[in-house]
Amino acid sequence: MKTSASRAVRERKNSKEPIWELRLYVAGQTAKSLLAFANLKRICEEHLGGSYQIEVVDLMKNPELAKGDQIFALPTLVRKLPEPVRKIIGDLSNTERVLVGLDLRPRA
Amino acid sequence: MARAKKSGLALDGILKCPTGIQGLDEVTFGGLPRGRPTLVCGGAGCGKTLLGMEFLVRGATQYDEPGVCVSFEETAEELAHNVESLGFAVHALILQKKLAVDYVQIDRSLVEETGEYDLEALFVRLGQAVDSIGAKRVVLDSIESLFASLANEAILRSELQRLFRWLKDRKLTAVVTGERGEGTLTRHGLEEYISDCVILLDHRVTETVFTRRLRVVKYRGSTHGTNEYPFLIDQDGISVLPVTSVDLKHAVSDERISTGIPALDCMLGGKGYFRGSSILISGTAGTGKTSVAAHFADAACARGERCIMFSFEESADQVIRNMRSIGINLGRWINKGLLQFHAARPTTFGLEMHLVKMHKIIRNFDPRIVVVDPVTGLIDSGTQAETQSMLLRLIDFLKEKQITALMTTLTGGASAQEQTEVSISSLVDTWLLLRDIESSGERNRGLYILKSRGAAHSNQIREFLLTDRGVQLRNAYLGETGLLTGSARVVQEAKDASQALLAEQEIGTKQCALDRKRKAIEAQMEVLRLELEAEVEESRRLIAQEQTKLKKWAQDQGKMAKSRAVNEGARAGKAKSARASEDRR
Repeated sequence: MKTSASRAVRERKNSKEPIWELRLYVAGQTAKSLLAFANLKRICEEHLGGSYQIEVVDLMKNPELAKGDQIFALPTLVRKLPEPVRKIIGDLSNTERVLVGLDLRPRA
Repeated sequence: MARAKKSGLALDGILKCPTGIQGLDEVTFGGLPRGRPTLVCGGAGCGKTLLGMEFLVRGATQYDEPGVCVSFEETAEELAHNVESLGFAVHALILQKKLAVDYVQIDRSLVEETGEYDLEALFVRLGQAVDSIGAKRVVLDSIESLFASLANEAILRSELQRLFRWLKDRKLTAVVTGERGEGTLTRHGLEEYISDCVILLDHRVTETVFTRRLRVVKYRGSTHGTNEYPFLIDQDGISVLPVTSVDLKHAVSDERISTGIPALDCMLGGKGYFRGSSILISGTAGTGKTSVAAHFADAACARGERCIMFSFEESADQVIRNMRSIGINLGRWINKGLLQFHAARPTTFGLEMHLVKMHKIIRNFDPRIVVVDPVTGLIDSGTQAETQSMLLRLIDFLKEKQITALMTTLTGGASAQEQTEVSISSLVDTWLLLRDIESSGERNRGLYILKSRGAAHSNQIREFLLTDRGVQLRNAYLGETGLLTGSARVVQEAKDASQALLAEQEIGTKQCALDRKRKAIEAQMEVLRLELEAEVEESRRLIAQEQTKLKKWAQDQGKMAKSRAVNEGARAGKAKSARASEDRR
């Protein structure tokens, strides 16, 4: 897992589809963070059609960034775009719930 | 308290972190456990957040211990604004890097949970805030919000446990607030994790009067005050009111101060009250309690001492006007700044508010004399037990400061005269009782001293008169029918006067008679003396005559002898006949 603050992953950019801007907050390379990143990558590939970018923020290195997005739990995925901002906490192991959190599935 | 604090340290061996909150450090014998979390719990609006903020602000300003507040309910801006109205300059402290506020916003509708997580980000944020200002104190307000926001309670509980461990490891003195639950201290059982010190805040409304209370539920490894202590929140923050002198060891003075009524001074051994003592004047309505109090205040101001009068029945102007009618000019002392009036309806605030206001006023003005007129007025704002404990605290506070306190209390007509309504009689040192004496269609006033600790005092009932030259005391007349007062006394006094006059006249007459008799006897004596003199004179005259006669006879005899010597011959016969004639004589 790359943990640089602004590692953008842009693949198969298609201007017609909405741009997904996602930010994943972690603290060091724990099992949970690695799992979350892997889950995120998989979900993005499967459901976002490649028009997305993921930024991974390591709070161990940049603790001051936790305040900005009101992060309290780790790992936390923040959907910056499209608005409104959504947050999903946890290792993203439940794909259905992640999709609900990303507004890709209607809420139950 | 300093002794208690020291002994607390010696006993417990745990370090304490002074909160700086008035009274709380006394209740906890020195403060909160240093380097450990303290749980502050209570219902909504009981002052948990404020207590936490005051802990931080006082720490930053008074003890040079910066602090961090992690708020889960209010934004930093709101929080700062709320407590700034209570006199805490939060913004300035934040700029000085003595205080940091981090608002943790958790909006459940925007948060989806999926899979395992932890609250490491919270630790990161807290750690960052603590490190940025070198904080020693932390407030988490109120961490229970997490329970409402996060579904996975198992994770939350283990994370909370880790958080409190983390706080301890970093030796942070923390205040953690929690909402009170049904039958439990906190709604989500935070007390399971924080067991070092638990403070419970409570507020109740008793007969429309609101009272806040604080209790230290537990304090591991330390003694602490176990009672419920009333506290209040005003523009200076929180004030907890412990019974100030737990061990009754205030210094006492031998100085005596005048009551302002010379006759009453006489009754109190000629010297008046003890300085720093507490004096109670009890009596039924209209017996002149306020007047006696006003005399005392007047005398104090005349000595140049500062004096505060707390009035719970009359406004300042009313008291001044009324006292002017008996010749006491209190207005001039107010103008000179020696006398302060504080009039308030007892029902305006709760008891504690009254007490704290009084404390504050007394602290600011630093008087030598405090008059509370009447303390019974305060019963209206609390129960009897509350009023008593409040008065106990007030009296202790005043004694500690060597302030002489004079309190009046109104006894109801029906209840016993020698029983005060709030049973404060055992707390006071000198107790004057004013009572009505009804007789011959009149109501008169009587005054006597029920007790005066440590001083000789008169046991007499004096009649108490309100004149235009102030209070005057008269010896009550003890006639055959008992105590006579008012016109009955006047009548009796007139009767006495006329009897005295009669007796005087009688004496006069007797004196005259005696004089006359003496004069008569003296005259008789004079006559007798003159008679005696006359007799003596006569006797002398006769004696002289006889002597002259005798002399003459002797001369005649001589002549005869001479003539006999011429005729010697006839001498013998003549001598014989002469001797014979001499014998005959």
